[in-house]
Amino acid sequence: MTANPDPGAGLLRRLFRLTGRDPFALAGIVIYVVFALTAIFADVIVSHDPLEILFLPDGKVASNQSPGGVYWLGTTSLGRDVFSQLVYGARSALMVGLSAALMVVVVGTLVGLFSGYYGGWVDAVLMRLGDVALSIPFLPFIIVLAAFLKPNIWNVVIGVSALLWPNTGRIVRSQVLTLRERSYVEAARVSGASHLRILFTHIAPNVLPISFLYGSIVVGWAIFTEASVSFLGFGPSDSVSWGFMLQDAFLSQALSRGAYYWFVPSGLCIMLVVAAGFFISRGYEELLFPKLRD
Amino acid sequence: MRFISVRLLHSLFVLWAVVTLMFLMFRLMPGDPMAAYISEALSEESKRSIRAQFGLDRSLWEQYFIYLGNLIQGELGTSFFLKEPVWDIVMTALPNTLAMTFSALILAYLFGVIAGAFLAWRRGSLAEGISIPLVLATRAAPEFWVGMILLAVFAFSLGWFPSGGAASPGAMYDSEWQRMLSLDFLHHLALPVITLALYLQGLPLLLMRSTMLDVMQEEYITMARMKGLSTSRIVLHHAARNALLPVATAFALSLGQLVGGNVVIEMVFSWPGLGRILVQAVASSDYPLAQGAFLIVAFALISMNFFADMLYALLDPRVSHDRKS
Repeated sequence: MTANPDPGAGLLRRLFRLTGRDPFALAGIVIYVVFALTAIFADVIVSHDPLEILFLPDGKVASNQSPGGVYWLGTTSLGRDVFSQLVYGARSALMVGLSAALMVVVVGTLVGLFSGYYGGWVDAVLMRLGDVALSIPFLPFIIVLAAFLKPNIWNVVIGVSALLWPNTGRIVRSQVLTLRERSYVEAARVSGASHLRILFTHIAPNVLPISFLYGSIVVGWAIFTEASVSFLGFGPSDSVSWGFMLQDAFLSQALSRGAYYWFVPSGLCIMLVVAAGFFISRGYEELLFPKLRD
Repeated sequence: MRFISVRLLHSLFVLWAVVTLMFLMFRLMPGDPMAAYISEALSEESKRSIRAQFGLDRSLWEQYFIYLGNLIQGELGTSFFLKEPVWDIVMTALPNTLAMTFSALILAYLFGVIAGAFLAWRRGSLAEGISIPLVLATRAAPEFWVGMILLAVFAFSLGWFPSGGAASPGAMYDSEWQRMLSLDFLHHLALPVITLALYLQGLPLLLMRSTMLDVMQEEYITMARMKGLSTSRIVLHHAARNALLPVATAFALSLGQLVGGNVVIEMVFSWPGLGRILVQAVASSDYPLAQGAFLIVAFALISMNFFADMLYALLDPRVSHDRKS
């Protein structure tokens, strides 16, 4: 089964038709677009600096304010604006999600291409490496990595892509195994094209759609993982993410005070973004494998 | 037999690779791993003797072989901060983690299998249209966040459940079994298990549903239908049995992943398990303890992967053993 013999125009047309038919894929795309716009225009949207300690008119710190006029979603126990943190959180979430997905797509596709095309010891070494990566406990590894390196969001990106590339690699490899036997590849070989040329101009375009399908799942995973790592206290302390907000709320007794406005919105955002990835990849699956439709 | 030995060798290789990677990670990280032990007040002489005691005065290669030798004997070293053998600390925490993991897995898989079979049977119904996105949403919600909400509502606001830990203060028991079967323990266990099960049920549910849909296309189902068997009988006796196969494998795989994957839930509920030990050890730079906890977690993962492979081959004779090797 090939991914899609004609990527490009046909794919785009089918994408449009799909969003009309599959309301979930459409919902997923809408969620992504809203969060992307929020991330891009964060500076314009927010009312306060997310880490600034705010004061009430009478000079007291504006801590634990309930949601209302000035502070849409209330304030934290240190007098920081929850809504502004939420908006800035979209920025780090998107950065982590997209860069991890891109890295997984690049590494996974390259590994799959070389492994499937060359076979032999190249294949054996790369696939054993993949087995090892998939046998490393996911979250513990990323925690250890984040703790040893200086806390910043790139550790999560590196950790996630170091452990998740084999999924994409394996699926791309299996595609390449069938593609390299195709007659048009044979024709290219006979006409004297080099191995690299065959790989990158004849085979690669056909496996990219499926790489991106697996990539779109990684976006959600990376955001989810970043939130977990930040929640556990191994995230950067100078930038605001949704996981950081949840940790802050958890450690500041927001739970016992019933300050739902503090910790419900950020978790909801994580859920929406991750679910959007699921919805889109579910739609994609139909797009890539029209046979599965019944 | 050949299949088993090949998979076993493969698992051992992976285990060795992970163990080696761990060694390198813990040795090459910035900072002196002995900082917690060696204070400035100590004389040069005693600093050196402590280093020698941990083998840190030798070359990296020698250290590596000492480390491997110790591991084979089950020697994980001594915690820097708790000054107790890592093995003992880890083994005290492991039953708590296993109790939580098993209860949640069983709850989640029971529910998931039944609900998944039901949804496959009612393909295209309103129930399916509502449940599928709902299930995807539970997979997308961070477990620790769901745990926080449950804590705020059921522990702090309503007071139905304790807000954390595995025992009330002052609770004493004669044996480990007595402790784990006490009402107090189960009362503490409830909220973390519900949180975890809520997150886990999505996988068996979706898996059961999609394999059921596949199985329902098989010829022997058509045959059963032609024999005039009732739908419920076909679903329960013919389809569900065969659809359970991938679910059983997923159960074994999840068990391996969860021993270390529960970290966030254990932190939210202050559950004294392995994941919490790992986080605390990493946060306090207690390297022997962090390394020991990580290795136990990795061992659980790799051995359950091996077990899942075996289970799959055992349950489905169609799996070609030779092709995989």
